[in-house]
Amino acid sequence: MTIEVKNLVKKFGSFAALDGVDLKVDNGELLALLGPSGSGKTTLLRIIAGLDWPDSGEVSFNGEDALAQDARERHVGFVFQHYALFRHMTVFENVAFGLRVQPRAVRKDEATIRARVKELLDLVQLDWLADRYPSQLSGGQRQRIALARALAIEPRILLLDEPFGALDAKVRKELRKWLRSLHHEINVTSIFVTHDQEEALEVANRVVVMDKGRIEQIGSPDDVYETPASAFVHGFIGESIELPVHVDGGVIRLGDRPLQLAADGLAPGASKLFVRRHDMLVGPPGSGAFEGAVQHVRNFGPVQRAEVALSGGETIEIDAPRDKELRAGDTIGLNPRRYRIFAG
Amino acid sequence: MSALAARRRTLPGFGLTMGLTLSWLSVIILIPLAGLFLRTLELSPEQFWAILSSRRTLNALRVSFGLAFAAACVNLVMGSIIVWALVRYRFPGRRIFDAIVDVPFALPTAVAGVALTALFAEKGWLGAPLAALGIKVAFTPVGIFVAMIFIGIPFVVRTVQPVLQDLDPEIEEAAGSLGASRSQTFIRVILPSLAPALLTGLALAFARAVGEYGSVIFIAGNLPNVSEIAPLLIVIRLSEFRYADATAIAVVMLVVSFVIIFAVNRLQRWARSRIPAR
Repeated sequence: MTIEVKNLVKKFGSFAALDGVDLKVDNGELLALLGPSGSGKTTLLRIIAGLDWPDSGEVSFNGEDALAQDARERHVGFVFQHYALFRHMTVFENVAFGLRVQPRAVRKDEATIRARVKELLDLVQLDWLADRYPSQLSGGQRQRIALARALAIEPRILLLDEPFGALDAKVRKELRKWLRSLHHEINVTSIFVTHDQEEALEVANRVVVMDKGRIEQIGSPDDVYETPASAFVHGFIGESIELPVHVDGGVIRLGDRPLQLAADGLAPGASKLFVRRHDMLVGPPGSGAFEGAVQHVRNFGPVQRAEVALSGGETIEIDAPRDKELRAGDTIGLNPRRYRIFAG
Repeated sequence: MSALAARRRTLPGFGLTMGLTLSWLSVIILIPLAGLFLRTLELSPEQFWAILSSRRTLNALRVSFGLAFAAACVNLVMGSIIVWALVRYRFPGRRIFDAIVDVPFALPTAVAGVALTALFAEKGWLGAPLAALGIKVAFTPVGIFVAMIFIGIPFVVRTVQPVLQDLDPEIEEAAGSLGASRSQTFIRVILPSLAPALLTGLALAFARAVGEYGSVIFIAGNLPNVSEIAPLLIVIRLSEFRYADATAIAVVMLVVSFVIIFAVNRLQRWARSRIPAR
């Protein structure tokens, strides 16, 4: 199933939750909608599901107008952040719900329903919990049951709203891997919403970065990390050093000091310079574009993180390999291996 | 419990509060009820049976319990609809309607009785058009029924309201996206979630209606065997100095009420056990 969204606008009062969104999702994709809270990602997901309605714009599934149908007609599986399981039903009945409420003409007989539920519980590896109530399960188990329930109706599309948002870090990591392999197995077109960049980059085939109701960038996890399309994306994904610079006559200045960096093709005016922390290479004083004094150093797994006061007054944090000797008080030169400059 | 564990209890004051609770409950509830039972012992079993099986007593009990149950059922249905409207929709005057629900709580029952009687009397605002249709309300059992509905309605509304307010809208969205129609969602998801609160409301409205005296006696007409409620018969027996008769009827009311409340309670526990706390 392909999904196409055209020029979607949704306002809550004067706040534009979606401000002209265009998106195409291919069949069988696992797409992440990534953005800070209030960026409109959940609103977009709810509109695709039929739980919310846009002020204007189009949504189509396989070229068919989806906005003409309500949620129950769309055959879309939806997984909520807080599970939304039916508390008065057993796990088995929760999963069976979508099969039991089908119109009489297409409803399966009891034996078929039982077999199907069993199959789904096997798929999420929780068949041994069939007779429990949701309150007796852990968060991770509840979310897997919610997923089994959504899959029971053989959805054309699977939508997940911050599916791991309410879980603790370890369970999140397990479920991420599990979701990716599950998607590989069932291969249904899926979109999940997250504000966690690591989750988006690790799980999705393609990532849509949103901010303030607009799409900032669409691309593979590598694309959005390696070649961010805007200052927002660079700042939001990965850890970046951000410095206010001025481009003027082919020269980039930080404050009033010119930097030894190429400024070819840059528009003149106030700009922002972005460098990944680990792309800032440490050298002897005077060897790089920047110079600064190391304030203090902390060891962080494979890297050491140093706080450096640049001679212009800004303080930045860099990640250097552990074998590089850095001590508080040292004066060092810094040279960005890679950097990007965005106007504005 | 060992003395050490008792001394280490974090919350102090167990002895004091427990003692006060027991003595207070004894003085206020248990001793008067025991007195009631003792009083009936003055009667021989034959006398006791004769009082209870008299036509007037049986009719009074039937009127009280039968109409109270019918009124509680009506309140259950109408109360649920009112709760639904108050919780689910935003409309002008919603808060005023919300406040009006409490009027039967606050109004002195005699005032309610007089007001209802005036309204439903043959020449009253509602009584006149109903009389034209051949329906007599005031001074008939129908009047008792109306008064019992009046005093019972807030019990259903106020017990169900907080539960419906807390119902997560996402479970309805989940049901919808799984293909359930609005009515399937209501019957399979919303109603079972509300069931314990609905049963509690039903039990409270019923208990209140069985015990109601003030508003009913004004509108009932109080015809023996027709529109005489059991509490009124007790008062009549007391005024005739037939104390044992009065207590015998009282004991029966007590036992029947207790059995019904107990049954509803068990039903409630069963319903709630199927919806364990989050």
